[in-house]
Amino acid sequence: MSGHTTELVVFIVLFLIVSGMGFVASRWRRPDDLASLNEWGLGGRSFGSWITWFLIGGDLYTAYTFVAVPALVFSSGALGFYALPYTVVVYPLVFLVLARMWSVSHVHGFVTPADFVRARFGSPTLALVIAITGLVATMPYIALQLVGIEAVLKAMGITGHLPIIIAFAILAAYTYQSGLRAPALIAFVKDALIYIVILAAVIYIPSRLGGWDSIFDAAKAKFDASPAQNDGYILNANNQLQYITLAFGSALALFLYPHSLTGVLASKNRNVIKRNMSALPAYSLVLGLIALLGFMAIAAGTKPVTANGKADTNTIVPVLFDQMFPDWFTGVAYAAVGIGALVPAAIMSIAAANLFTRNIYREYLNKNATDAQEANVSKLVSLVVKVGAVLCILLLDPQFSIDLQLIGGVIILQTLPSVALGLYTRWFHKGGLIAGWAAGLGAGMWMLYLIPNPANGKAHFGGSAFPLANLGFDTKMTVYAGFLALAVNLVVAVLGTVIFKAVKVADGEDATARDDYFVDEGDPKVKDLDLTGSH
Amino acid sequence: MTTGEPGQPRTDRSPWNWLLVVPIVLPLLTFLFNADEPRLLGFPLFYWLQMAFIVVGVVTTTIVYRMTK
Repeated sequence: MSGHTTELVVFIVLFLIVSGMGFVASRWRRPDDLASLNEWGLGGRSFGSWITWFLIGGDLYTAYTFVAVPALVFSSGALGFYALPYTVVVYPLVFLVLARMWSVSHVHGFVTPADFVRARFGSPTLALVIAITGLVATMPYIALQLVGIEAVLKAMGITGHLPIIIAFAILAAYTYQSGLRAPALIAFVKDALIYIVILAAVIYIPSRLGGWDSIFDAAKAKFDASPAQNDGYILNANNQLQYITLAFGSALALFLYPHSLTGVLASKNRNVIKRNMSALPAYSLVLGLIALLGFMAIAAGTKPVTANGKADTNTIVPVLFDQMFPDWFTGVAYAAVGIGALVPAAIMSIAAANLFTRNIYREYLNKNATDAQEANVSKLVSLVVKVGAVLCILLLDPQFSIDLQLIGGVIILQTLPSVALGLYTRWFHKGGLIAGWAAGLGAGMWMLYLIPNPANGKAHFGGSAFPLANLGFDTKMTVYAGFLALAVNLVVAVLGTVIFKAVKVADGEDATARDDYFVDEGDPKVKDLDLTGSH
Repeated sequence: MTTGEPGQPRTDRSPWNWLLVVPIVLPLLTFLFNADEPRLLGFPLFYWLQMAFIVVGVVTTTIVYRMTK
């Protein structure tokens, strides 16, 4: 631990200041009480452009992103840069979709994507399927935030799990108390720190490494010498399709995650959302620069922390900072990553808790739940979710969480026909959607199962690049498994709908009206309604 | 666009929305940027052009936002 004292002190001080803010947040923009999901889980649905920008940004660009994207660029090169086109594509893609989601949710009082599906397709079963899919996909994502903090701690020479447990206990306590207001307030600090650190990194580090030219040349030299087929400092013939489908598939998945919707629903009107879709790409620029830290690490000859004979590439950026920056600034950078883990972890656990409360507790356990009961259940579940995430890290190999998150991305995509297409069309039959979901899920799992990872000797679930040769094509090209799985899902959903309609199987009733999708703040329709109208 | 006069059904349809297709498709055309040369400030084409697409994204979504407000 010696040699890292300054870093550790700066890290702990910043961490404690932010935790204090988390507790104070319950008094920020204070309502009469926090005893309803609208207040605890959605911050009163009153956030304007600025807060929403920080909140959604804080939510989508997580500690794990900051750690894993440059780690991927470090080990695979250009392929890891997919994160950039992914975040360029996503905002125009969801520009109109999210505005519709905002409107219909505010007319009917929806809190989760499954709430919407429940009302739109009149099917508790389909809603349950969507809710469980969201829960399963979100859990490992929360655990990954811990991997992010752990990478920073490892670089400071701290091993053992106690610090992680303490950090998450603090997080759990202030999320319990303040709800969505806590991450919304902390997101300001998180972003300020991250922008400072990245600006410093992209100006200072290249100047010490002989400029961008020599950084890229060092990367080129490394990948030219590498025998692996899918790396390179630009793409090759085999991984271009993977790059395109991974970027596009990830973009489609991003706003299907329940936690991204939490930030969107907390904004006060449609224009806040639309304006944010043009302002959020500011983060993409930061993400692109962060990704290039992977190349800087190559040029600087950075070696990841090795534990039990295995190199942990997730530590590459923390070690690079340690190597390049003075100690006090390294502490600031580490705090940025650590706090960067807290904001999304809080929002994700709130979203997961809301899913449980609205779509399982209220639907199946207590149909007449009051607002206060709902808020209480959500608060408790948000604690359970965080304990679960900590247990994942303590009891399982963290690599397992990374694998689960990979699977999570593929399965959350399977909710696209019900949630995203559902906002545009009521053509699909609920039976067709369930069949499509099941087929997409099965196909996705099968493809992921077939993908090995030669780098760490795993035979299954080794990545998301599915070789087309497995389908009998004579090529070395790979494609994102989630993208193919979604294609299967859509085909089955369409065929299923045609068949169910042809044999006249009863469909659910649509509780939403056409106009519900376009209302805005101040409209008389914008109020909390009850879901019971959809029976 | 969504203000709508009384009696007129609201909608979010607008020809301006088609502009959103540009930033969705452009970053996925790898043949445009999958090269080293020409470099800009030391950045290979692959990296600087994709970063430039961020600006395209911001400009087009801003235009659509303003024209359909």
